[in-house]
Amino acid sequence: MSAHASMHAPRSHAAAAAAADPYNLKPGEHSTGTTIMAIPFDGGVVMGADSRTSTGTYIAVRVADKITQVHDRIWICRSGSAADTQALTDYIRHYLSQLAVETGRAPTVKTAAHLMRRMIYENKDNLMAGVIVGGWDVVDGGSVYNIPLGGTMMKMPFALGGSGSTYIWGLVDHKFKEGMTKDEAKALVEKAIAHAMARDGSSGGIIRTVVITEDGCDKEFIPGDKLPYGP
Amino acid sequence: FFSSFWAAAQGTTSSTGARISSTSSSTTRTRTTPGAKQPVMSAGSGYDLSSSTFSPDGRIFQVEYASKAVENGGTALGLKCRDGVVLAVEKPVLNKMLLPTSNRRIHSVDEAHGVAVTGFVADARQIVNRARDEAIGYEETYGTKVPPSVLSDRLAAYVHYFTLHGALRPFGATALVASYDDETKEHALHMIEPSGMSHRYFACAAGKGRQPAKTEMEKLTLNNREDPAQNISVREGVKQLARIIHALHDEAKDKPFELEMSWLCEESGWKHKGVPRDVIKESVEWAKKDIAEAEEEDEDSDEEMEG
Repeated sequence: MSAHASMHAPRSHAAAAAAADPYNLKPGEHSTGTTIMAIPFDGGVVMGADSRTSTGTYIAVRVADKITQVHDRIWICRSGSAADTQALTDYIRHYLSQLAVETGRAPTVKTAAHLMRRMIYENKDNLMAGVIVGGWDVVDGGSVYNIPLGGTMMKMPFALGGSGSTYIWGLVDHKFKEGMTKDEAKALVEKAIAHAMARDGSSGGIIRTVVITEDGCDKEFIPGDKLPYGP
Repeated sequence: FFSSFWAAAQGTTSSTGARISSTSSSTTRTRTTPGAKQPVMSAGSGYDLSSSTFSPDGRIFQVEYASKAVENGGTALGLKCRDGVVLAVEKPVLNKMLLPTSNRRIHSVDEAHGVAVTGFVADARQIVNRARDEAIGYEETYGTKVPPSVLSDRLAAYVHYFTLHGALRPFGATALVASYDDETKEHALHMIEPSGMSHRYFACAAGKGRQPAKTEMEKLTLNNREDPAQNISVREGVKQLARIIHALHDEAKDKPFELEMSWLCEESGWKHKGVPRDVIKESVEWAKKDIAEAEEEDEDSDEEMEG
């Protein structure tokens, strides 16, 4: 390597490691190599995920819950390192509950996304976390924010994440339309995740969904033998 | 710090100065401080040297004295109207050589908040700077503008901190904060006093003329819940505040003054801005006319209005 490259050695080592091992995991660390997605509709949000947590080729948990609640109407889909994303969502849950007390009102999805973004961006060298923050609040209704690895935050009409998402961009681009109803959005989430699970080795198991509206949160799952497509 | 202990215990002159008389057994004493216009009756007697000392009757005199410092300042008024908040400060012209627009008493914290100050203006600068830091910090962390109640709570906590340190003195300034809440679309007026207390107001006043000003402001329709459309608009609020400040100003006793006004309303796009000069001019003209008419009609009201 030339003298120039040595200044950037840590980055290029990481890049080489990433090429060889896409998950950049420490030995024994669990990955949520995954498919996650979220689609807002008028009055709320549908969030969905597969349920496979793997360490290398071993499926450590086959019924994992990757959609984590951080406030009454705010949930986060997690992908990347399971440990990192769990720690992050724990922090966010803590800060949001304190903020709710200080401001006297429910925090907005935008605020949760901002907090998550700050945390991922400022610790990006030590984290591997790609998340989707979604929920309902009184200011924006249902909204969805995609926060991939580096800590960019993007408000989106729909969000996909995780290793399995690469296989379904085309499908979702084709099927998505603005202004879907709750049932249409849920059907699309389930179909797309099923397709990703069929092609991505790191995604599988069951499809979990959470539908968040002003009135409450509905958690459901589709068992592995009743998937809309697949196995 | 230690000197206050000695003074409390023995009632002798402390090393901080020869202000304490040696008759320590009496609980009240008359004391003429240099520069005061009249003797001051005070009940300090050794419990008033430090803001970390309670008096036997449960008061912290330093904090009360800090409020007295505010009472010497120019009158500052705030009004929450139905479509916005108006702030006004009577700014005494200290020196003919000063540029008229310098030495501002009303500051913007960020677009959504404005602070009017009175009392020790230098102390107030610190409060404004802190407010700006809080607003920026909140937005960087949480992604939205700081809500009015949070900003005023944080400023109150900051001001309060200085009331329980032996090494620090309380702020000799009061801040009137006009705010707009982006999420709830509501505007609010808060006032933070040297004690660290902060309340939300329909109308508030601080400084020299605050008592008569409060009496005048109570006459305005600000809180009609049955028919909120009856509550006065900012345009009307600007006129009324101009009138109150001019009415309270005593040509004979007080220094000449400048009227600083700002608003945070629909008309300003919910951004804190100075009231446009022509609006102020119009309002002052109306105010002077209104005062003159009132004087003609009823001589008694003139006496009532004088602070």
